[in-house]
Amino acid sequence: MELSQFYQDLLPALNKGVIMSIALIIPSALGGVCIGIAAGSLRTYGPKFIRKLCDGYAAVFRGTPLVIQLFVLYYGLPNLGIYFSPYGAAVTGFMLCSGAYQSEYVRGALLSIKRGQYWGAQALGFSSFQTVFWIIIPQAMRRALHGCGNEIIYLIKYSSLAYIVTCMELTGEGNTIATEYFRFTEVFMMVGLYYLVLVSCAMLILKKVEQWLHVPGFGHQES
Amino acid sequence: MTAAKTILEVEGLHKSFGDNTILKGVSLTLKEGEIKVLIGPSGGGKSTLLQCINCLVTPESGTISLHGNTVNLENKKELYQLRQRVGMIFQEFNLFDHLTALENVTIALRKVKNFSKVSAEKRARLELEQVGLGDKTDLYPAQLSGGQKQRVAIARTLAMDPEVLLLDEPTSALDPELVGEVIAVIKALAAKGMTMIMATHQISLISGLAQNVLFMENGVIAEQGSPKELLGAGKQTRTQGFCDRLSDLGEGGS
Repeated sequence: MELSQFYQDLLPALNKGVIMSIALIIPSALGGVCIGIAAGSLRTYGPKFIRKLCDGYAAVFRGTPLVIQLFVLYYGLPNLGIYFSPYGAAVTGFMLCSGAYQSEYVRGALLSIKRGQYWGAQALGFSSFQTVFWIIIPQAMRRALHGCGNEIIYLIKYSSLAYIVTCMELTGEGNTIATEYFRFTEVFMMVGLYYLVLVSCAMLILKKVEQWLHVPGFGHQES
Repeated sequence: MTAAKTILEVEGLHKSFGDNTILKGVSLTLKEGEIKVLIGPSGGGKSTLLQCINCLVTPESGTISLHGNTVNLENKKELYQLRQRVGMIFQEFNLFDHLTALENVTIALRKVKNFSKVSAEKRARLELEQVGLGDKTDLYPAQLSGGQKQRVAIARTLAMDPEVLLLDEPTSALDPELVGEVIAVIKALAAKGMTMIMATHQISLISGLAQNVLFMENGVIAEQGSPKELLGAGKQTRTQGFCDRLSDLGEGGS
């Protein structure tokens, strides 16, 4: 069966878009998690000045719309002589925004670790850094996993905002075809389907990570 | 007793949390191979004293000396050194929940003492066998009973070759039928000549092991002496009264 001209245009465009989306999502998710762990740890255990600084970062990036952050990065910063490519601006914005949210999950998880774990390590002669790095973070990571996974799933969907700074990803490509053919329903339903597949893949990977990190006593599948 | 060397000396420890003064100038000396038992009512400062000796809680004033060298509590390196040489056993075990019994023992050897993986595991297996858990090395804390957890905690601390062991009510969080296995391990340690300070309500440990009983109340050592002096028949000491009440509660089934 021969596909109509519309679908012959739509599918390659969406495929091209989804590759760009993936190229946005993967570094943003990884960067976001790294920033989240670092900022979350510093907000919990850091010296007072750094703690305040990181609190400020989280407050700004959680407190302003992502669209505004992207506009500032892409359209605002050139005034200060800092130029980003559309892709660079989008990834930077996503990373910083995602990191701010992740830091909150990480902080909550760190605070939930009982003081006894900290003391147990200290009493063996661990330094404060070693205690946090080897004992507290590995436990907190398992507690934060669900929250952080949730944030990555959000990220997949808010990656659609990249097209407003002219980075042509899935939504952007779809929008171009939709306006060309004036067929919004089919196009955006297809785009939605693509996102659904992306999110399903992410959930599958997160499930695997969860199984891989599973330790008896860290809740689930336990009787 | 022979004239043994003094290992640990604590002088005039003060500690308060807010307006609540917990320790009001506590001093004690510990000789090599000596076993001191801390008893007294809850809130009397026993746990805080042990935590201060290991500097998990920083005392406001007072000094801690190991082999005659006063530890500079401001210097982190000296603090970490002190903690390696003075082991601590907690009431709540404080095993690392994300690590197996074996890894609980190896992690400090590897990260603090820089053992290789192979030699750390060798040492850890040895220590776990010593406390009778040679077959439980791959289990996680959640899969162990309270008594087993406490024995892993003891193995973990002993692997660091401490010169002094601080035990903070090591059997208080255990079900009655599990107390025995932990007491057996502690008695074996005592037989090997381990120097210890132990807070406990276990009458069998007090009368059986202690060379010196310290009765703590309201942040000071109210009475001290050998178990005979404090607990002998007809002695009208506060320690005696306190222990009688413990026995009345049925804890003295030794």
